[in-house]
Amino acid sequence: MTILVLAEHDSANLAPATLNTVAAAQQIGGDIHLLVTGSGIAAVAEAAARVAGVSKVLVADNAAYQHQLPENIAPLLVELAGSYSHVLAAATSNGKNILPRVAAKLDVDQISEIISVQSPDTFTRPIYAGNAIATVQSSAAVKVITVRATGFDAVSAEGGSAAVEAVAAAHDAGISSFVGEELAKSDRPELTAAKIVVSGGRGMQNGDNFKHLYALADKLGAAVGASRAAVDAGFVPNDMQVGQTGKIVAPQLYIAVGISGAIQHLAGMKDSKVIVAINKDEEAPIFQVADYGLVADLFEAIPELEKLV
Amino acid sequence: MKVLVAVKRVVDYNVKVRVKADNSGVDLANVKMSMNPFCEIAVEEAVRLKEKGVASEIVVVTIGPTTAQEQLRTALALGADRAVLVESAEELTSLAVAKLLKAVVDKEQPQLVILGKQAIDSDNNQTGQMLAALSGYAQGTFASKVEVSGDKVAVTREIDGGLQTVSLNLPAIVTTDLRLNEPRYASLPNIMKAKKKPLETLTPEALGVSVASTNKTLKVEAPAARSAGVKVKSVAELVEKLKTEAKVL
Repeated sequence: MTILVLAEHDSANLAPATLNTVAAAQQIGGDIHLLVTGSGIAAVAEAAARVAGVSKVLVADNAAYQHQLPENIAPLLVELAGSYSHVLAAATSNGKNILPRVAAKLDVDQISEIISVQSPDTFTRPIYAGNAIATVQSSAAVKVITVRATGFDAVSAEGGSAAVEAVAAAHDAGISSFVGEELAKSDRPELTAAKIVVSGGRGMQNGDNFKHLYALADKLGAAVGASRAAVDAGFVPNDMQVGQTGKIVAPQLYIAVGISGAIQHLAGMKDSKVIVAINKDEEAPIFQVADYGLVADLFEAIPELEKLV
Repeated sequence: MKVLVAVKRVVDYNVKVRVKADNSGVDLANVKMSMNPFCEIAVEEAVRLKEKGVASEIVVVTIGPTTAQEQLRTALALGADRAVLVESAEELTSLAVAKLLKAVVDKEQPQLVILGKQAIDSDNNQTGQMLAALSGYAQGTFASKVEVSGDKVAVTREIDGGLQTVSLNLPAIVTTDLRLNEPRYASLPNIMKAKKKPLETLTPEALGVSVASTNKTLKVEAPAARSAGVKVKSVAELVEKLKTEAKVL
């Protein structure tokens, strides 16, 4: 068995989710090849070759692949897939965008967001916003799978010495083009990789009040997240949303502030090791999953917490 | 131009689902069903395109049991012009649904197909991308803004680090994210009018599509329950417990 993993990167650095995906590939067993696609990606290819457990790095360096447009990347993966038993990608917005297009072209059903590997053909994944866990078996010749990063411990980014090989195939469907992007700037750790996450909900009342959470987060070295209610109310940008339709996090410590705990939010954070809830409504559903609950006014509790940690 | 919108009948998002005792699936007997929230956003976007004079006709399609007619009638009440039901009693995979939608796309020849980004039951997030692959069209997934101009559509997409804008040749596939729009409610007169709008029923056999699957669900279980936590009385006690008991600070 040989497994192809699509590397996720920003043209300069390999994204951490790739390391979790390689970990899932290791559990499946077999040779692991990393595919790096893009334009001007020598640095990423070098980083990929150092990832523990990877035996070969395929580099597809072509202008058509620069912005990871699925119309151009998917045909490349379809072309390569014939020599592999599994094609994996992280369940990031990029992986979710590209892989189903590959699966359909290969005429196989995809398995989305696996959280564990039972055997090379059997996997578990959450359904119904994490309220049920399905065990799914695939009989496909090439198994196409996206991996939920929080389900697997990352492999080491160093220690490997994979051979790097260029892939000549160029696919440019010519039906889509990149116009531009607007990336949120933040000095704090990335939400999905942070050890501690502090999240605010509707209880924060407005965007300005998030400064209390930022101050606490900076003291803890934490990332700041939000519930859908806080995002929809315009308090914070949408890439901060934690939940079924936002980011899935599983940090060591998750502090939910002014968040009631709707099932869609819980789907994004209930695998956190320790959950703390601070809410003035003692009936809030968040207290049912919290390891430590504090019934208090967040505007008093958060500054005090910031002082004490 | 003609816009095709795909909708799905799913368990209502407010329902706390229960896993069946025999682990064969989730208990859906006597549970409230609704249109998938992302599909509502897709219908709303199509209706807005029609109100702007961009879309001339909106066809709404669903694949599911006879009861899925309710969701089609809802879409008609919201402003769709006619509906297509591809009747299938069994639960289909995203690939099977994409193949059936492809057959409907071939028949209807829409310029734009709008779907939700994912259904809240299977949480797959596959169908739109698969339909795009099968039809050879470009895809604009997780859309928070859609602008049609001439023979192209500009789609602003919600990606992990922020927003990305792509330009797609028409015909194209768009899948909706939460912030694309706020869906309207159907008014009573429109619900009454929707009952008279045309609804065509097809079958996978009539469309010549095989719905065979390479995936098999072996079992469905409840997630591991978290052990009950404790309530602390003060911030000081909380910090103390996080440091000494949980050891996460």
